[in-house]
Amino acid sequence: MPDQLIYAMEVILNGLMAGVLYALVALGFVLIYKASGIFNYAQGVMALFAAMTLVGIMNGQVPFAHLINAIFGGHITHFGWNIPALLAIILTMGVMVLLAWAVQHFVMRHLVGQEPIILFMATIGLAYFLEGVADLMWGSEIKTLDVGLPQGINLWIDETTYNIFGYGFFIDNLDIVATIIAALLVAALVAFSQYTKQGRAMRAVADDHQAALSVGISLNFIWVMVWSVAGFVALVAGIMWGTKSGVQFSLSLIALKALPVLMLGGFTSIPGAIVGGLIIGVGEKLFEFAVGPLVGGATENWFAYVLALIFLVFRPQGLFGEKIIERV
Amino acid sequence: MLDASEGYVTEDGRKIGGVVMEMKNITLRFGGVVAIKDISFDIREGEIRAIIGPNGAGKSSMLNVISGFYVPQEGEVWFHGKKRPPMKPYEVARQGIARTFQNIALFEGMSVLDNVMTGRLNFMKTNILQQGLWMGKAEAEETENREAVEKIIDFLEIQHIRKTPVSRLPYGLKKRVELARALAAEPKLLLLDEPMAGMNVEEKEDMCRFILDVNDEFGTTIALIEHDMGVVMDLSDRVVVMDYGKKIGDGTPDEVRNNKEVIDAYLGVSHD
Repeated sequence: MPDQLIYAMEVILNGLMAGVLYALVALGFVLIYKASGIFNYAQGVMALFAAMTLVGIMNGQVPFAHLINAIFGGHITHFGWNIPALLAIILTMGVMVLLAWAVQHFVMRHLVGQEPIILFMATIGLAYFLEGVADLMWGSEIKTLDVGLPQGINLWIDETTYNIFGYGFFIDNLDIVATIIAALLVAALVAFSQYTKQGRAMRAVADDHQAALSVGISLNFIWVMVWSVAGFVALVAGIMWGTKSGVQFSLSLIALKALPVLMLGGFTSIPGAIVGGLIIGVGEKLFEFAVGPLVGGATENWFAYVLALIFLVFRPQGLFGEKIIERV
Repeated sequence: MLDASEGYVTEDGRKIGGVVMEMKNITLRFGGVVAIKDISFDIREGEIRAIIGPNGAGKSSMLNVISGFYVPQEGEVWFHGKKRPPMKPYEVARQGIARTFQNIALFEGMSVLDNVMTGRLNFMKTNILQQGLWMGKAEAEETENREAVEKIIDFLEIQHIRKTPVSRLPYGLKKRVELARALAAEPKLLLLDEPMAGMNVEEKEDMCRFILDVNDEFGTTIALIEHDMGVVMDLSDRVVVMDYGKKIGDGTPDEVRNNKEVIDAYLGVSHD
């Protein structure tokens, strides 16, 4: 087998893994958009917030320590304990549910029936607010996150591929774990939305508010639930990205990478988010590998957006999105 | 003629029970516009009660008050002998009041079966984990609710479209699916907002038959709004007539038909 082809295979594999991480962020967007018609600009910041909270809880940091010290003149920073990763994740999930409730109670509840652009702007406000709160709560320095996920080269794949092709593939263990977790997450989401009462209610609310009310569904409850689920997805994405590249402000920018994924997959489709993520992941890695050297590299920065733009021209509803037909 | 507490027997020999719902001096305003003005009437167990009136008479507003979508400024709503505090529409639905809408509010993206199943949401008691993993009582519960739903689907003769997404159905069938969803909730009171609106003669006859059958078979108490006088007179046991937000008549179809004010409202007499 020619070397180039073998390298390409490795690139594709790595692209698939990166795509899974993009898909994870995109999923959070789709969930909220489907259920409430809100494009949640704050999804990326939610992932950052979740990751920061998780690190903070694990390290036993005192939330709002700076604020407390500034007001009361103390020097507290830590409780002096460390909390095991699993428990910390559960606690963080609790915080995300609280956040979901707060978002619904203090913001979204008052905007029911407003134009989508108003709701969108509210989520932009939310994003900046949340970013500030996250810094205020846990401090703005870069943190490392280690919940015990395996990292580094997977030796088994390295050896096996070396024996077959005479060239060992470099696949990161973390990417493999991320893929498995993403698959589980999607399976859980599908089971939730198809087979549970709450899932059925969620789909109902997404479809028609009045009809949902008339069969006894509380819109408030469903929206808190949807924001909680989005918070959960943000937490998972935050853990993966945080472990990979540290918990820092740039984490919230991965949300921007989710945009082309959504344009490709469609804003309303869970499978779309996944396939879109994979296409972008593979596409940008492969493009960088094949075309990058010819144009001086760094194509990964713009490839996804150009691809999305081309898609917008020919298929504005995305691969799996609901077709927009307007009768005149 | 009507006994206030006991109920009565209809012309076709059905026994009508006590008062299920009573509206007392309801007034509803939108800003300066008075949509409903000091209206009182009751709905009795097992009867088909119609609210009729010309366009803009406030019929739909009245239905929305009953189903909790509007909260009246004045007056009281009594349900099963208890005064109802101001409630959200979903709370009213959970009390056993189901409704359909004038402009059809179905879950367009879901199949007919799924749509009707949403009517059973409040009968599902197992928790989210059991349902998601199909454990414990979840399976039995789903089967039980599915059976109830299949019975209604059979009853309304929509078996052939069970799996069809609602968005692909013609208007008349959508109306029927909406009725099925409302019935699935086993309502103590069923509200129908213009069930025959926009239908052709054949569809109207079908719908008429279904409404009568539902009342007959399940003993469901039904309150409906309708435009079509002919249909209403054939269908209902008692009729409330509204005009310009006021009640101008209340009684059996025959009584109402001979009421001068009603005739004036429908034929148009100058209000001077």
